[in-house]
Amino acid sequence: MTVTPGYLLALGDDALIAAQRLGEWAAAAPEMEEDIALANIALDQLGAARLLLSYAAEELTAAGRTAADVAASAPPAVTELTEDTLAYLRDDREYRNCLLVELPNGDFAVTIAKLLFLSAYQLPLYAALSGCADERLAAIGAKARKESAYHLDHAALWTVRLGDGTEESHRRMQAAVDQVWPYTHELFAPEPEAPVDPAGLRAAFLGAVEPVLAEATLRRPDDGWAPAGGRTGVHTEHLSYLLAEMQVLHRAHPGARW
Amino acid sequence: MSAAPAAVDAARRAVAAVVDPEIRVLTIEELGILRDVTEEPGTGRIVVTITPTYTGCPAMDVIRTDVRAALAAAGHPDAEVRTVYAPAWTTDWISESGRAKLTAAGIAPPARAATSGPAGRGGPVPLTLGARCPRCGSPETEQLSRFGSTACKALWRCRACAEPFDHLKAL
Repeated sequence: MTVTPGYLLALGDDALIAAQRLGEWAAAAPEMEEDIALANIALDQLGAARLLLSYAAEELTAAGRTAADVAASAPPAVTELTEDTLAYLRDDREYRNCLLVELPNGDFAVTIAKLLFLSAYQLPLYAALSGCADERLAAIGAKARKESAYHLDHAALWTVRLGDGTEESHRRMQAAVDQVWPYTHELFAPEPEAPVDPAGLRAAFLGAVEPVLAEATLRRPDDGWAPAGGRTGVHTEHLSYLLAEMQVLHRAHPGARW
Repeated sequence: MSAAPAAVDAARRAVAAVVDPEIRVLTIEELGILRDVTEEPGTGRIVVTITPTYTGCPAMDVIRTDVRAALAAAGHPDAEVRTVYAPAWTTDWISESGRAKLTAAGIAPPARAATSGPAGRGGPVPLTLGARCPRCGSPETEQLSRFGSTACKALWRCRACAEPFDHLKAL
């Protein structure tokens, strides 16, 4: 088992991009309680992202890499490689997040489907990491798994409420599940050298998701089309727009503080 | 050089009195996020170890600043504050006096978490155990929102006295 910077980037980028997408609901969610809920979940994701990206930045620095090596468009004045370098100065091709998290929020049902699938993947992932040999990663896993359990429960409640709700909410929740399902396959692409091989997580993922879909009277989509590429930096066009919004202030005003 | 044990005790008392910035009725010791106050061998410098309630807790920077200020006032301007993540914080670390103060402030304390084993790595996280109304004491309460004003709280309402209240989520 080896903890590579690339592995830490994949996990950290998943959390960071998920946080940014969820944050888009702030002041725009269907009800105030949900506004607060999605912002809180975004905050948890951001917390995990900071721990993982800080770890990645330290490992990259120790390996002799500079800001320019990981963020080609970083201004020459930036030499230090930190969590901020990784978050604010990398371009889309340098991000390693899965496609699932960068997909647009869509309607509320799509957001919930994305959250259900993401948390059903992150919960067994963090749980397995909490027992891995790398102490620092194990500590992050032990911390984040408790938060993921709460996210999964929240997404499951909404999935059932919408799926087993009105005709219209059922139709939209099913459409959301159908639309997002293909993007879940990328999460489980085998990586035998990783601290936790993602391929081994799919059983736990299905064990969490399938009963929720059944209770929600939703059809579990067939496996078929499996778009991928995020882990190697080949993203959908949506990521560029997300990064533009997330990075504009930092790029326009390097080192800005308030 | 080494600080006298009495000096470490005084430093510990100063840090233990720092108030949590988001739940201002509790000290960080009562909340269970203050893990250790020690003296660094050799330098005699005070080292404080804290742990966040939630990974994204935005109060951590303020807490670090407040701890440093308290120690500077107690004669330790060079103190260091370290943040650790393992073992992960659990609401079971909130002290008895902390739970009483929460109730007095209108915040229902958390149910005892089932995950309070050695590293908090026990079974699944218990989610919505009942909360007793901190105002009238009635157990007839319901959850309004699973998330509340801070990462560690949910919003509940009492069906007996009709008052809404914050409930610290068991973690």
